[in-house]
Amino acid sequence: MADFDVPEIKEYIEVPEPRVGVTAHIAPFKSQEKFQEPLGFPGELVDNWQEKAIEKMGDLLGKYRSLQVFLDICVHCGACTDKCHYFLGTEDANNMPVARQELLRKVYRRYFTFAGKYFPKLVGAIDLTEDVLDQWYSYFHQCSQCRRCSVFCPYGIDTAEISMAAREIMDSVGVGQKYCNEIIGKVFVIGNNLGLPEPALADTLEGLEEEVEEDTGVKVRYPLDEKGADILLVTPSADFFAEPHVDGLIGYGKVFHEAGVSWTLSSKASEAANFGMFIGSYENMRRIALRIREAALELGVKRIVFGECGHAWRVAYSFLNTLAGPFDFLDPNYPVPQHICEFTYNLIQEGKLKFDKSENDHMRLTFHDSCNVARASRMGNFEGGQFVIPREVIKACCNHYFDMEEDTTEEATFCCGGGGGLLTDDIMEIRVKGALPRMQALKHVVEENGVTHMAAICAICKSQFSKVMPYYGFTMDQIVSVHQLVSNAIILSDAPAEQEAAEG
Amino acid sequence: MSIVTTLYVVLFYAATVILVGGLVMRIKKYAQTPAPLKIPTMPAPLTETGVAMRMFREVAFFESLFKSNKWIWIFGYLFHFGMLLVLLRHLRYFTEPVWFWVEWIQPFGKYAAFAMLAGLLGLWARRFLVARVRYITTPSDHLMLALLVGIVLSGLGMKYIAHTDIISLKAFALGLLHFSPQPLPEDAFLLVHLALVATLMIVFPISKLLHAPGVFFSPTRNQVDNAREKRHIAPWAQQLEAGER
Ligand code: SF4
Ligand code: SF4
Repeated sequence: MADFDVPEIKEYIEVPEPRVGVTAHIAPFKSQEKFQEPLGFPGELVDNWQEKAIEKMGDLLGKYRSLQVFLDICVHCGACTDKCHYFLGTEDANNMPVARQELLRKVYRRYFTFAGKYFPKLVGAIDLTEDVLDQWYSYFHQCSQCRRCSVFCPYGIDTAEISMAAREIMDSVGVGQKYCNEIIGKVFVIGNNLGLPEPALADTLEGLEEEVEEDTGVKVRYPLDEKGADILLVTPSADFFAEPHVDGLIGYGKVFHEAGVSWTLSSKASEAANFGMFIGSYENMRRIALRIREAALELGVKRIVFGECGHAWRVAYSFLNTLAGPFDFLDPNYPVPQHICEFTYNLIQEGKLKFDKSENDHMRLTFHDSCNVARASRMGNFEGGQFVIPREVIKACCNHYFDMEEDTTEEATFCCGGGGGLLTDDIMEIRVKGALPRMQALKHVVEENGVTHMAAICAICKSQFSKVMPYYGFTMDQIVSVHQLVSNAIILSDAPAEQEAAEG
Repeated sequence: MSIVTTLYVVLFYAATVILVGGLVMRIKKYAQTPAPLKIPTMPAPLTETGVAMRMFREVAFFESLFKSNKWIWIFGYLFHFGMLLVLLRHLRYFTEPVWFWVEWIQPFGKYAAFAMLAGLLGLWARRFLVARVRYITTPSDHLMLALLVGIVLSGLGMKYIAHTDIISLKAFALGLLHFSPQPLPEDAFLLVHLALVATLMIVFPISKLLHAPGVFFSPTRNQVDNAREKRHIAPWAQQLEAGER
């Protein structure tokens, strides 16, 4: 099945001895001029690239306190060394978070610190050479920016910040990653990551309406570009057709239907994802985020709700106000933006949704905390709401729910292995290996509690798991959307009585 | 005044200037560099008070390190809090009359030096024994530990092997404070001890010891989780916006 060895799932997560260079060969396809230029980056490696890269590093050091402080204060204590799923899955020494940071830090020291300028050997400072650039390209694309290391570092050093800066530096000298940059280009031109134009969207949504009506006998609407709707729903474009994503979208529609609110999708902001974050580019991230503001203004909505997507929720929750705010034109009674899980949870709390839990009885469930939701955002109005709310939603519509082991959930959750712009088939090896810790925790609850399905609230997690689970002996349909469970169990109040339907 | 005394007086004034000047410059840089985005490691406190508490737990108990690795936590804690006590105990050389609470901690200070040593040796051993830590260790990490161990050992040497004339040492220390240099007792342990301490002061602002002031500036630890309620924007980002409108 694979041209690499799939790691074996052990009883416990074993911390491997670090090996040098095992995954140095794994690197995603490089971008080309046509994908670089629309983002404002040079099309190929510029002539004086060393000079330019150092200049860019200096620029970023002045703009991001995180970068400046994190590059200075690591004490090499090693507390983070066994925390990265890519290290646990690949054994490559450079996948230890501190070692990954060192790839950049060594160059920082050489050009920006006294010790590195005059005593490079002593402090491990090195010149920026072509080899170093190659290493950067490989290992900064073996980091999913999941922030697990940051939880465990005594100073909160977040390798994600370092990876983002490194990718931004590389982009600025013409070394970009094809997957991310091509996608960002599509968002600018067409409006979403998958390049679905407006007619295709309208078509898909119409199809969904028919399907749901056939299924339930209720005309649940999936509107597009409807001016004057109360709520703008921004959701990852995978929700429009990929499995199990689309079942989630069906669920959102049913919840809105039951809530009796008017809502709409937008063809302009037909994408919640914001890959600008992955490449560390404030400008591109902002440009992508502004589409949402424009769409909200054009459609005249009162609220913005986001569908199930991890990093999209990070950008939405933590950055949207910064990038595209202030949102003083929206209804001040609701947070901007809201997560669909918050929306559904509130309705459940108010007793406005009814469920037939037995509809999900063919599944025994666990929940995968997506890294960006868990460690980079929040839901609800209390600390840790991002852990409670999705679980409460699941429990409201399922009879059988089991958590995975504590050191693999909530703030300590393991990334799916495909986040941070790594969800591309040219680096399948790193994706499969990076999924090991999660697969191990899953296997544990499968054996202990007879769990059959894992629910998630992230488009990347869902796509990644449906692809890599088969490598570990699971099946691709064992990953489900949280709102798919909602969709299965929700009782639509205007549904024709089932008995009659069957008899008639 | 002897050559040795003159040398040490100059050394200590220079070291102090470098330490203070270097730290002020560095801290100024950290404080002035904007954090353009909200990046607290979640779950994070929702209020300023909550953030102050988080930071307090971080520096007083090494909370994250405790979650992370019990061995590093134990050794790190022994070292840092041993050192804190030892430093406080040293205040008696700089105060006349000695503050009452500095008197109180004198008996504990003695054991603190051993705690500090145990912590340092534990941390150092990990640099050899744990392959992951060995991989990320640079020569300067070893040197830093050697320096600290040297300081502790030479200090203990004065206590248990060859006593130093405490009275004239204190006169020297107070002389430094009052800019009227007094002769320094020329004992081997003391001279080594002081030279190493001065070295530590000099390298402080250009080394990883910056983690001490740096942790307070770490955006993942010092930010409030209130992105939706309060718009957070850096001056340079504001300029970017202004340029477009
Ligand atoms: S835990 Fe933090 S300080 Fe320790 S090695 Fe890792 S990044 Fe450096
Ligand atoms: S952010 Fe995640 S993927 Fe990147 S080094 Fe840290 S733990 Fe590994």
